Amino acid sequence: MGYSLDFGWLTEALGAIAQGAAMTMMLITVTTIAGTFFSVLGAAGRRSGYPLLRHAITVYVEVIRNTPFLVQLFFIFFGLPALGIRLDPVIAAILAMTLNMAAYTTEIVGAGLDAVPTGQREAALALGLRPRQVFIKVVLPQALKVIFPALTSQIVIMMLESAVVSQIAVRELTYEADMLQARTFRAFETYFVVTMVYLALSMALRRFLVAGGRRVLGAGVS
Amino acid sequence: MIEFTLWDIVRNLLLAARWTVLLSIVAFVGGALVGLVILFLRIAKNKWARRFSSGYIALFQGTPLLMQLFLMFFGLPMLGFRIEPWTAAVLGLTFFASAYLAEIWRSGVDALPRGQWDAGASLGLHYLQELRLIILPQAFSITRAPAVGFLVQLVKATALTSIIGFEELVRTSNAINNATFEPFTVYGLVALIFFVICFPLTQYARMLEARSARH
Repeated sequence: MGYSLDFGWLTEALGAIAQGAAMTMMLITVTTIAGTFFSVLGAAGRRSGYPLLRHAITVYVEVIRNTPFLVQLFFIFFGLPALGIRLDPVIAAILAMTLNMAAYTTEIVGAGLDAVPTGQREAALALGLRPRQVFIKVVLPQALKVIFPALTSQIVIMMLESAVVSQIAVRELTYEADMLQARTFRAFETYFVVTMVYLALSMALRRFLVAGGRRVLGAGVS
Repeated sequence: MIEFTLWDIVRNLLLAARWTVLLSIVAFVGGALVGLVILFLRIAKNKWARRFSSGYIALFQGTPLLMQLFLMFFGLPMLGFRIEPWTAAVLGLTFFASAYLAEIWRSGVDALPRGQWDAGASLGLHYLQELRLIILPQAFSITRAPAVGFLVQLVKATALTSIIGFEELVRTSNAINNATFEPFTVYGLVALIFFVICFPLTQYARMLEARSARH
């Protein structure tokens, strides 16, 4: 007996898929902004003169990088209420995604900071800029330019990994797919369509980031 | 109600961790075999073979692993295969790993100087001999650090197979959590077990990277 594919349900499902995709994009947007911000702090902190801070950041990065995102998510969403911290699913998802992404991008940003020649710092200090100005205006822009491709890849990976937050009932793209297949009994077709939506989103996100990077950081960003 | 002591929780988690380790190994070996085929196509002279393999890699790297697992789990029965979470998990992770390993190895092949191919040809070796004797050994050796790094990703990726019903570490922990209502302890221990598996591999990858940077 052959199985015949049926995509007749698709026209009615477009709204739900679009809503899920919008939620996924919202999650990754917030995560990208918060994650990049914290990773700049993390990378700078790791190169600071406070041993305790340096060790704490190293431990954080290693713990996150060596455990699955799904377990981190469950720990935050199911584990933290035991300590009296109860989080809304969306907040828990954003927190878990930001913590996860910042651990990876702290390493990436750190590599970028190390790649800026010390002469740049010295020259800026010699011009009379304050250390903070040197970091924000001279070192950081150059570092971001170097690491931009790696940062872009990490953002796309995080967007794909965010499919997992459907498991704590955040209404993003995968959650909508789960609901649709339960209603239509067309599991393969539903997941196939949603997989293609993810593929389009990841390609669009990459293009958008590269174009945005060129505009903000100047030419030469790929 | 059954009382769970801490030791009961740890013991059950460790028993389940065996499946996580086994799945990681099987998927890595399977991924390496399929990845080798994809690598051959990726560096083939035929244009269509190259296009197919870069499309394959883009597809697996551009979609969530969870979706790939769902498609395996729901797609295989349509082709007439009996569906087991283990089968879907192994196949899903194998294809996932093959795309990443092929891409890692290709970067190794690309990094070799053109002269290596020319030297092989001048010794009278044909294409497959060149690959087997000259190109691949070097490509594997210079990409050992990223390959081990990917193994860490793969171990962590096995956690997703809990969602399609494979009884590995995370699925077992969900069941234990439902019985004990101690999510903080249970998920904390799960994270610890994954850390104990992954951290040595991460350090090993770092060591390989540092060594190759010195040369």
